[in-house]
Amino acid sequence: MKLSPNEKLDVEEILKDLDCYRPKRKGWVWRCKIEDQPIGPFVFKDTAENLTRSVPLPAAARSFGDIDPQCDYVITTEIASGRFEDDLRRMRMAAWHGADHIMVIRTTGQSHIDGLIEGTPEGVGGIPITRKQIRATRKALDAIEEEVGRPINFHSYVSGLAGPEIAVLFAEEGVNGAHQDPQYNVLYRGINMHRSFVDAAEAKKVMADSGILQLDGAHNANATAKEAWKVTPELFVQHAINTAYSRAAGMPADQIALSTVPPTAPPAPKLRLDVPYAVALREIFAGYKFRAQQNTRYVEADTTEATVTHVLDTLISRLTSADIQSTITPDEGRNVPWHYNNIEGVNAARQTLMGVDGLMEIVQLKEDGTLRKKARELKERAVLFLEEIVEGGGYYAAVEAGQFVDSGYFPERKGDGITREANGGDGAETVIPRASDYGAPVCSHFGNNVYAERDGKPCDDYGGCTLCDPSKIQYIDEVDAEDTVHTRLEAPLADRSAGLLRPEVEKHGDGIVCVTLFLPAAPDIAEAAALETARRMGLQNPEVISCRLMHPAEGSVFEVKGVLDVALRVDELMLPAYEKALPDAEIEAWVRPREIHVVAATVGEDEHSVGLHEILDIKHGGIEKYGFRCHDLGTSVPLERLLDFVEETGASAVLISTIITHGDVHKRNMQRLHELACARGLRDRLVLIVGGTQVTDELARECGMDAGFGRGTTGRDVGSFLVRRLHSIQAD
Amino acid sequence: MRCAEREDEFESRRQHLQKMSDEELHTYFWSLVDQIVEPLIQEARNNTTPSIERSVLLRMGFSSIEAKALVEGFQERGLLGSGAGRLVLKLAQAKGCSMREAGMALLEGLQWEDLGP
Repeated sequence: MKLSPNEKLDVEEILKDLDCYRPKRKGWVWRCKIEDQPIGPFVFKDTAENLTRSVPLPAAARSFGDIDPQCDYVITTEIASGRFEDDLRRMRMAAWHGADHIMVIRTTGQSHIDGLIEGTPEGVGGIPITRKQIRATRKALDAIEEEVGRPINFHSYVSGLAGPEIAVLFAEEGVNGAHQDPQYNVLYRGINMHRSFVDAAEAKKVMADSGILQLDGAHNANATAKEAWKVTPELFVQHAINTAYSRAAGMPADQIALSTVPPTAPPAPKLRLDVPYAVALREIFAGYKFRAQQNTRYVEADTTEATVTHVLDTLISRLTSADIQSTITPDEGRNVPWHYNNIEGVNAARQTLMGVDGLMEIVQLKEDGTLRKKARELKERAVLFLEEIVEGGGYYAAVEAGQFVDSGYFPERKGDGITREANGGDGAETVIPRASDYGAPVCSHFGNNVYAERDGKPCDDYGGCTLCDPSKIQYIDEVDAEDTVHTRLEAPLADRSAGLLRPEVEKHGDGIVCVTLFLPAAPDIAEAAALETARRMGLQNPEVISCRLMHPAEGSVFEVKGVLDVALRVDELMLPAYEKALPDAEIEAWVRPREIHVVAATVGEDEHSVGLHEILDIKHGGIEKYGFRCHDLGTSVPLERLLDFVEETGASAVLISTIITHGDVHKRNMQRLHELACARGLRDRLVLIVGGTQVTDELARECGMDAGFGRGTTGRDVGSFLVRRLHSIQAD
Repeated sequence: MRCAEREDEFESRRQHLQKMSDEELHTYFWSLVDQIVEPLIQEARNNTTPSIERSVLLRMGFSSIEAKALVEGFQERGLLGSGAGRLVLKLAQAKGCSMREAGMALLEGLQWEDLGP
C-alpha cells in the first residue's frame, strides 16, 4: 500500500486482505545520531537523519528555508481515542511532525480480561487490543513510515491477566515496543502478585526474543503519589525490580527502557528537585535505556501551563540523557486528548530539542555541591528502601505491608501506601506448579520445559511455531456483528460520498469545537456568561474546559467546548483562486531585460521589517534575484514618501508591509495608498501589493490593492504575481 | 496491615552507607535487588498459568478462541501442570495426526480419555 501526500488515508484499503498481511519488519528501531550535520544555514550537533516528508516548525517556513532538523531522540506520542480507524489519521499527522513512537493506549478494563479479545470493537479511553486492530494499525504505519522516510515504532501494553498471550500477539504482528511491568498489575490493577510475576517472565522472554523494547511502569508512582517528589527513592526500587527481573527472564539491557518522569512542576523549584534525581537514576542504571516521560501529575486544564512544564521536562532530558522523549498532549489534564493536541505535544518537544541542540557542548552539570549531595542522598534512600524489603521477607511481604506508594519521603512513612494481599486479587489461585514432565514445544518460552533440554528448536516436532512460521497464525476477523469498524465506517463513508465536511477533534465528524472567550466580570458571572455565549453561537452541550482568572473583578478567560452540528458541502465552499507560481527561470527571463523598479517599505507607525526582507533580499531568496531593482525605504514610512519615490524612479510596483492591525490601521493604509495613487494619476500603471501576517488576498483587494500576501509567502510568489500583472498592464 | 507512620530517620539509618564509594553503593544496590528478585524468578521457572498455556497454544497455531477452550478443558481435568502444548503434541504423535487435528478433536469433545502426562 502506497500513500499519496495529497490523498486521505483509505481505511477500506487498509482493511482489505488483512488476513494475509504480514508486517514489513520486527523489532525496535532507534534514530541514528549524525554529528555536526549541516542543515540549511546551521550545523547541528544532536540530530538524526532528515525526513523525506514532514511539516516543519512554523518558524522554519517563515525564516529558515523550510528546514526540518530531527533530534536524535525517538519521539513518542500517545493515542487513545477508542477508534483505531480514526487513530490512524492521527498517527499519520504525528509522523509528519516528527513522531516515530506511536503508543496506543488500551481500552479501560482490558487488564482484567483473562484472554485475548478479537475483532474491532470500540474502546473507551483507548482501543481494545485485538489482532485485527493491531494488524490494521501496523499495515497503516508500514505505509506511513515509507511516506515520511523513517521507521515508526508501534507500541502498546503487555499487562493485565493476558500478558503472555499479548506478548505473543505483538511478536507475531510486528509491534515494536511495549510496557511490561508486573508491579503495575499488582499496585494499580489489583491483579494477583504471583500470577503477575509468573506471567511476566514468559511475556518478557517473548518480547526479548522478538526485539520488542520494554518500558517499565514506575512513572505511574509519580502520577499517583500525593507529593510526587517524595516518591523518588521508591522509583529506584520499582525500576530496579523490573529491570533485574527482565534480565533474569532473558532480556538484554538494550531492550530495557526505564520510564522516568521529572516529578515536579512550577511553581515548585523544578530543576533543583528533578535534576539530581535524573542524574542519580542514570548513574545507577547505566547501560539501560531511558524513556523520558513528561509530567502528568501537575498538569491540569491550562494548556500553556502544561506546555511550559513539558518544555522544562525536555530540557532535563538534554541536560542528563534520554533515548526516547515521550510527549504528553497539553490537553491531557482536561479531556481524552484531541488529535491536533498530539501534534502540539510533539512540536513542543521537537521545538525544545532543536532549541537546545548542542547545549552540552557549552554547559556542564556541576561535579560537586548540592547536585552531587542530593543525588547521593537519593541513592542512599533507595538502598534503605531495598534493605527494608529484604528484612521484611521480600517483595510480596513488602506489598502486603503497604510499603509502596506511601506518601512519606523514605525512610519517612505516612502509612498510606497501597496494600495488596499476596493471595488475593484478580487471577488469584491460577498459578499452577509445573509437573516434572512439563513441556511447551514452542520458541521463546521461559522456565522449566522438557522441549528446551534437547538439541534443536522446541518446535521442531511439528515443523515450527508461529514465531518461526507465521503462516500458522490463526486470524479471526470479527466476533460481534454490530460492534465493528465496518459499522462505524458507514457514517464517514456516507459523508465522503456526499461530499460533506464536519469539524472534529477526535473522531470522524464529532463536531466538537472549542472557543476562547474573555468575559469582563467576576468569575461566577463570567463563567455563566461564557456558557451562554457558546450556546448562542450554536454550540450544543457547551462545557468549560479551562478557566483562568485574570483579575477577581476585571474578568476571566475561558475555553468552552461544544458540539457544532454543521456539515458543509465541499462543492459549495468558496475557494480562493490560487495561481501556480511561475518557474524561477521564467520570472527572471522576463524581468532582467526590463529594468523594473520596485519601491518597498513598512508603512505607518510600524517597525517590522523581517517579512519584507524575506520578499526582497537576494540572500533570503527574494525578488532581487530575478533582477528587480528594489528600493527599500525602511520602516514607519509615510505613504506619500513611497509615491514620491515612485515618481522619481518610474517604479512599476509598490510593496508595502503592514504587520500592526490595531484599530484596522492596516486596512486604512491600504485604502489610503490606493486613493493617493489614484489622485496622483499613477494607479493605472502602478501595481500595489501588500504583505503581512494578518493580510489575505481577499482583504487586500477589498482595500484597493492588486494583491495581498500572508504567512508563508515566498519571493517567488510575489515575483510571479508581478510578472503576470505587469505583463497584462503592458498588453493593455 | 499497613506500615506504621515513621519520621524521616535518614540520618541515623544511613550510617553504614556513608563510607561507601558511589561504585560500592551501586554494587550493594544491585545485590539487594537480586536478593529480592531471585525467589520471584524461581517461582516463574517452576510454575505456569492459564495465560502462559494459552500463549503456547497460540504459538502452536491455534486461535485465541481455540486456545481458551483447550486450556479450560485441561484445567478442569487437572492436567495443565504438564503443559497444554505438550498434551496436544503428545496426542497428535500418539494418534499419528497433525497437531491441529488433535486440537480440533479435543475441541469437539473427543479423545480426552487418551490424554495423559
